[in-house]
Amino acid sequence: MDNLTVSPSPHIRSGATTSKIMLHVLIALFPALVISAYLFGGRALVLTSVCMLSAVIWEKLCNIVMKRPDTTHDLSAFVTGMLLAFNLPPTLPYWMAVIGTFVAIVIVKQIFGGLGQNFANPAIVGRIVLMLSFTGPMTNWIMPSVMADVSTAPTPLVDNYRLYSYWDLFIGRCPGCLGEVSAAALIAGGIYLVAVRVITPHAPLAFIATAFAFSWAAGKDPLYQILSGGLMLGAIFMATDYVTTPVSKTGKVIFGIGCGIITCVIRFYANYPEGVSFSILIMNIATPYIDMVTRRKPVGAAAVKKEAQAGEK
Amino acid sequence: MKLKGLILDHRKDTAASASVPIPVPKKVSIPMLQSMGAACDVLVKKGDKVLVGQKIGDSDKYMSVPVHSSVSGTVTGISELLLVSGKVCKCVDIETDGEQTVIDGLKPPLVTDRDSFCRAVRESGCCGLGGAGFPTHVKFGFDEKKFSVDTLVVNAAECEPYLTGDHREMLENADRIFEGIEHIRKNLDIKNVYIGIEKNKPDAIELMKRKAAQGGGSVTIVPLKAKYPQGAEKVIVYNITGRVVQEGRIPADVGVIVINVSTCGFIGEYMATGMPLVKKRMTVSGDAVKTPCNVIVPLGISFKEVLAFADCDFDDMSKAIAGGPMMGIDLFDLSDPVCKTHSAVLALKKEDKKPKPVQTNCIRCGRCIEACPVGLMPTVLEKAFDKKDRETLKKMKVSLCMNCGSCTYVCPAKRNLAEKNQLAKALLRT
Repeated sequence: MDNLTVSPSPHIRSGATTSKIMLHVLIALFPALVISAYLFGGRALVLTSVCMLSAVIWEKLCNIVMKRPDTTHDLSAFVTGMLLAFNLPPTLPYWMAVIGTFVAIVIVKQIFGGLGQNFANPAIVGRIVLMLSFTGPMTNWIMPSVMADVSTAPTPLVDNYRLYSYWDLFIGRCPGCLGEVSAAALIAGGIYLVAVRVITPHAPLAFIATAFAFSWAAGKDPLYQILSGGLMLGAIFMATDYVTTPVSKTGKVIFGIGCGIITCVIRFYANYPEGVSFSILIMNIATPYIDMVTRRKPVGAAAVKKEAQAGEK
Repeated sequence: MKLKGLILDHRKDTAASASVPIPVPKKVSIPMLQSMGAACDVLVKKGDKVLVGQKIGDSDKYMSVPVHSSVSGTVTGISELLLVSGKVCKCVDIETDGEQTVIDGLKPPLVTDRDSFCRAVRESGCCGLGGAGFPTHVKFGFDEKKFSVDTLVVNAAECEPYLTGDHREMLENADRIFEGIEHIRKNLDIKNVYIGIEKNKPDAIELMKRKAAQGGGSVTIVPLKAKYPQGAEKVIVYNITGRVVQEGRIPADVGVIVINVSTCGFIGEYMATGMPLVKKRMTVSGDAVKTPCNVIVPLGISFKEVLAFADCDFDDMSKAIAGGPMMGIDLFDLSDPVCKTHSAVLALKKEDKKPKPVQTNCIRCGRCIEACPVGLMPTVLEKAFDKKDRETLKKMKVSLCMNCGSCTYVCPAKRNLAEKNQLAKALLRT
């Protein structure tokens, strides 16, 4: 009793921690992982493990080299690794995946100062770099092994649409990246994240609704567009990343609408069949500006604020 | 605007425990500064005999309230006490005789108008008993030409966890509260009276409603959501009247006077008996306290004696908080005296069993922004403070922070956001 602890108030704290939040995200990604193991076989699991492990190792190495305290316990590197794996075709060589995690963790996250300091989503940039560097292997789509013999197949977004039925797309019976094929599993994860209050549905709903409306207006099949490609994965897990998206609800809606528009513009009018990654990256860059214009007004500060500004001039 | 607030674990285990007067201690040490404003000059000297209710400290400053002896006995000396604010104030040490002889000639004050009412309230040593300790006569003595006050809000939210003193005040002292309200209403010419009570005190709401009905229904009881910080002045004013107190203004600017329910009860008592403020109802709780309870203590008793009365396990405790866990202040010396503003003392056990959550970088989750009752962005303010960026701190209105601690409470990265806001306010003052 001789020494009493003295600290500033408040003296109690909620149970929420950064690692718990990351754990929730990992749990939410789990259904999609199970589906992908079922669809693409063991290689999907190995590729995901390679990504997660290499991401954590890169993070640890960075901490050592940059003389920072160990941050692997916050689980954010696991999340980045898993998300990157979900953005890769199941056939991608493992060494390429390791390059992807290097870009994500070392270049995008740690060099900018670690967790919370990166301006762009690490997994998205990892995917884009791989896409531009190894376009062949990154677009080597295979049919899920449960459906047919492993053979290359066009992604649902290429060529004439209606190659696959809505139901195929919803449950994942179509070729595509490892974690993006099953809209059902991703939506289940999203509902879990909303239920445990890790994310709010603002950005995903705005993203999906905008893509739906744009596709309809552009004469495309809106339902097909939102169920195919990486849209669900992007909307639910990437457009809700805390660090690289706006903090306010209005900001999140603006972010989602922007993503939806850019995705559709790239899909319909540009050379790339898929625009989700680019749309999120572009909106990541716009995030500080969205934050600036959607700042909450402190209660009772308005009138005084104007006076102060007038006074400065 | 809508107040969202936090749902905290209320831990109001002492709500059903009726207040027990604590035995008169052997000695008390009464500080000359127990409210906001100027410290009092000592009116007694070593060797003097003092009686209960005798004025032992006063000041000629307006923003100051006199101090009275809470016991009868002999002054053994004038000591100095280091206050939490870093200031040093004088203390009158009194050895008690156990008789608790009350000073002669105590009678209800003669009040004819607002001025005499304010003078009487000042003489009673009354200040805000909710915790801030603002001199009540200053609150009542607003300039009538400048402010037109039509509403009295009696704050009985008691939104801090553990605390049940105001709850017990309502259950045990309801008539005096209504008498107090009547005096304030009459002398300050107030039209509307509201008592705001959080819904986690249904028995108090029910009793207050009944008493209000008996009194002719001129007092409105407003049940409030049990969400922290419901009892913060600006928050309760908005949630009851819909009026927004602008930055740098006081509730009187929007025609409202806010007063704590225990202060109200005391005013009722004082106007009937003339006995100044010499005792205080306190909640003694926390996991290191074996019999959590409400006690009525003479001012100037040491925290140690109050804790001992509730069977505190002194060997196992590591933290003592004067006040609630959200805004209370840690004690560094248990022999410090209890003041007018202390509504609770909590003793908490050592927490070495479970590992302390580690602080990480801010992940921009926005929980602090959601939680802030006045709409600040604590994470932005923290970064601005770390860069000593005065411009941003001013523009983002750090001065509006009332240190309710909601941001720190919710932060998953375990960052000390509220603390940074206080440091930022200090920085802007330099």
